[in-house]
Amino acid sequence: MVDRVAANVCGYALLAWMWIRVSMSYRTSFALLTLGQFLITGLDFVAILVMFSNVDALGGFSLTEIAFLYGGSALCLGLADLLLGNIERLGQRIRLGTVDQMMVRPLSLYVQVCADEFALRRLGRIAQGGLVFGWSIYALDLDWTAARVAMVPYLLVFGTVIFLAIFTIGAAVQFWTAESSELANAFTYGGSTLAQFPLTIYPTEAIKALTFVVPIAFVNWYPSLFILDKPDPLHLPTATQFAAPVAAALLSFVAAAVWRTGVRRYRSTGS
Amino acid sequence: MSVIEVRDVDRSFVVRHRSGRLRRTSTIVRAVRDLSFSVEAGEMVGYIGPNGAGKSTTIKMLTGILVPTAGSLRVAGHTPYAERAALAQRIGVVFGQRTTLWWDLPLRDSYDLLRRIYRIPADRYRENLATFTDLLDLGPLLETPVRQLSLGQRMRGDIAAALLHDPDVVYLDEPTIGLDVVSKSNLRDFLRETNRERGVTVLLTTHDLVDIERLCSRVMVIDAGRLVFDGSLEGLHGLGEARRTLVVDLMEPAPPLDVPTAQTLRVDGPRQWLAFPAEASAAPLLAAIAATHEVADLAILEPNIEDVIKRIYSTGPAPSD
Repeated sequence: MVDRVAANVCGYALLAWMWIRVSMSYRTSFALLTLGQFLITGLDFVAILVMFSNVDALGGFSLTEIAFLYGGSALCLGLADLLLGNIERLGQRIRLGTVDQMMVRPLSLYVQVCADEFALRRLGRIAQGGLVFGWSIYALDLDWTAARVAMVPYLLVFGTVIFLAIFTIGAAVQFWTAESSELANAFTYGGSTLAQFPLTIYPTEAIKALTFVVPIAFVNWYPSLFILDKPDPLHLPTATQFAAPVAAALLSFVAAAVWRTGVRRYRSTGS
Repeated sequence: MSVIEVRDVDRSFVVRHRSGRLRRTSTIVRAVRDLSFSVEAGEMVGYIGPNGAGKSTTIKMLTGILVPTAGSLRVAGHTPYAERAALAQRIGVVFGQRTTLWWDLPLRDSYDLLRRIYRIPADRYRENLATFTDLLDLGPLLETPVRQLSLGQRMRGDIAAALLHDPDVVYLDEPTIGLDVVSKSNLRDFLRETNRERGVTVLLTTHDLVDIERLCSRVMVIDAGRLVFDGSLEGLHGLGEARRTLVVDLMEPAPPLDVPTAQTLRVDGPRQWLAFPAEASAAPLLAAIAATHEVADLAILEPNIEDVIKRIYSTGPAPSD
């Protein structure tokens, strides 16, 4: 068991490293793509800056506070996107038959699909999110207690896991309908866009949906309520602000189950 | 002990199609039915049948890609679908139609990656790579990205990749498809030698009966999901002589040709079809025709799998053992 996990982690690293070397053989193209990702995702935040030239607060949040929410969501999404961003093309792989080739190798199919065409250019998105996040931490006028400081890596780790799980579920659905990658994108990229703003600007029903249905609110919203010391519009118990690991675990469990069922279905239908 | 054991395997697919505006009906297609056979270690078995007969379905079940609907499979001591990753260490697979290598990587890098994925001991890897580079003439290709290789070069590269980790069993799905005559012949030599020297069990599907003739002492024929023949190549020939067809275009339409060593099958204007024994040379036949008629053009059709299967059906049920 331990041996298998180790083999798969090594396998992921090997495949990812191989793709990095391939992309590095086209250095200029790599640099431009990374810069492009940085700039395109950066435009999002420019829009927020423009908005704040007219208003002082949005949903009770200042510009630096929104930068914190935005940066947290962008960083988590960026990390998840880097680690398994190409999983969303599973449907295409099934159609091309390349999934079969992966199944005759001594590594888990999941690891191979995630690592396939590993794209370091996605660091562009991470760099942009990190920049905004870092600036907000610097600019926020907060008493950085040990608990607040500890909450930052906590937010990033479990937020990333939540996005990883959502990406996985979205991809696994393609075992049933190969054309569903846009549906999955609506949840991942769409969800992260929602989470870039304070959820107080949305109707209560939307906040509930983002808490109990697609728990993207646990990525940055609830941890941020604690860090920024803001009231919870849903008045949930304070424990909710620390519940990200529970949401991450539950979602990962669902993701694993859906993925397994999908693979079993694939293996019983063929291509 | 047999290295491949297939017992009473069935494999059905549900095929859905639209009937009417919204309604969809599904039919169950049995791609493979009541399939049973075993292959001993070191055997080289040809697995033939028309398109859609169930060849690929069988290979996919033997590699663990597909789960059988019923029956049991064992390959090298593993149940393929349940122990896919463990089995992968013991088998090599070549899909003739697509490469298992990485498109953008030079061959050498692909092999190095496989070495680490399969955890091949360094000395064993060096030895194998040297052997295959030599036998398959890969030396000049090792630094070339796979996408720049020709079909024949890629096939050689793929076959070496499938053998690097010393598998017990190798499945070759149409390994000679699309290759020219010389490449085919070289590849066959290599496969025969590998099978003999290394004791690798080989299961090979093909549309080219010459592959079978040159390589396999045993042939299995599958048709409509059923195994209709399992035996020696001589046994298959014994079911009726294999015949080739000579197609001649005469300068002018003529009555059916009367040549003693051949049978005229069909006449269509100046074009005539003559069947003759597969082992016989076409030269004397052509000479006989040219002696009485002026020949504009000619072509020779090799015996195909459909003919073989037709002969099996016309001579009764498959011998079972």
